[in-house]
Amino acid sequence: MKEFNYHSAKDSKEASKLASSGSAFLAGGMTTIPSMKLGLATYKDLIDIKNIKKLSGIKVSGKSVTIGAATKHVEVANSKDVKKAIPSLSSLAEGIGDPQVRNRGTIGGSIANNDPSADYPSACIALNATIHTNQRKIEASKFFKGMFETALKKGELIEAVEFQIPEKSSYQKHPNPASRYAVVGVYIAKYKSDVNVAVTGAKSCVYNDKEMAKALSGNFSSSSIDGMDLDSSDMNSDIHASAEYRASLVVTQAKKAVDAC
Amino acid sequence: MGKISLEVNGRKVEKEAPDNTLLSTFLREHLQLTGTHIGCDTSQCGACVVHVDGNSLKSCTALAADVNGSKVTTIEGLETNGKMHPMQEAFKKLHGLQCGFCTPGMVMSAIDLLQKNKKPSDTEIRDWLEGNICRCTGYQNIVAAVKEAATKM
Repeated sequence: MKEFNYHSAKDSKEASKLASSGSAFLAGGMTTIPSMKLGLATYKDLIDIKNIKKLSGIKVSGKSVTIGAATKHVEVANSKDVKKAIPSLSSLAEGIGDPQVRNRGTIGGSIANNDPSADYPSACIALNATIHTNQRKIEASKFFKGMFETALKKGELIEAVEFQIPEKSSYQKHPNPASRYAVVGVYIAKYKSDVNVAVTGAKSCVYNDKEMAKALSGNFSSSSIDGMDLDSSDMNSDIHASAEYRASLVVTQAKKAVDAC
Repeated sequence: MGKISLEVNGRKVEKEAPDNTLLSTFLREHLQLTGTHIGCDTSQCGACVVHVDGNSLKSCTALAADVNGSKVTTIEGLETNGKMHPMQEAFKKLHGLQCGFCTPGMVMSAIDLLQKNKKPSDTEIRDWLEGNICRCTGYQNIVAAVKEAATKM
């Protein structure tokens, strides 16, 4: 791993001040460190934000669940409050990687990285999340811009993610057996007036499948999306699954999610 | 370059190390604690699992600077007065290892499981050991050893 300078920030202000064009924020490091070791990323400065107290913790109100950016997956998975308010969110956290990854990895790190196969971005889209940064609030639908790309500007730090509590929800994924990343994952959330069908792993970036959402808004039953023939032309194709197979998996996982709601 | 202060296996250590030093490198090369193994070096195999402040983590994917001030336990820190830890005893008794390369990580990970779940089922053990790979594929005996240790811990 190439040389860099390590800084531990006391608060968001200091973290932001230390940021430059050659820096990255370090949370759990579950992607940042392996990427640096493989030479896929190099930074002059790593700014550790884990010791900023304000960034950790879970708050539940009547309508929303707010999770601090540096909150670890294991904390979300084990939180009684999250289990009660949005059980699908705690089970998503429990399905990320392995116990050691969940002991380190954070929600803020996951969404800032925006891996096309990551789990949390789908939760943000399905649960109408608002991303709170040290500069502004960003709607999830405007946050995820493309493969590994977000609306975050240099030096902008995610402080918390606020999820709207749905009537019903479920996240179902077909995990890669080695990495536990989603080959395809579908997060369905039903609200009073609409339904979100967030899909991860299938395309270059998480998206809300409007076609399935429309069908489910009319009739919230897996039969209303059964046999749906999704366009696979812009779906990922790799050694794990062809685009056509992924298109089929999206429907299968969506049906499972509706049935589990 | 910065000063790394840790309590490793009950002993306070303080050493200067470059900022890009991984915890695994710090343990193996700066402290000569080579019981922590480096298998894949890409945080998949789990041979490098150690405990930091009581929780298991993959030391090849943590910076030494990042865990500064913590208490670290490695496989070398498990024995008491020359007696093996019950998990080590169980691995020995039930042949929970073949070549032994993955064993330090398996043992450290399994102990963390029993700290959190005193009586895990076979499925829970297998699920927990998701991040530990044994390329001799001796999983049957590893699971049996963890179950045995659960009766002794």
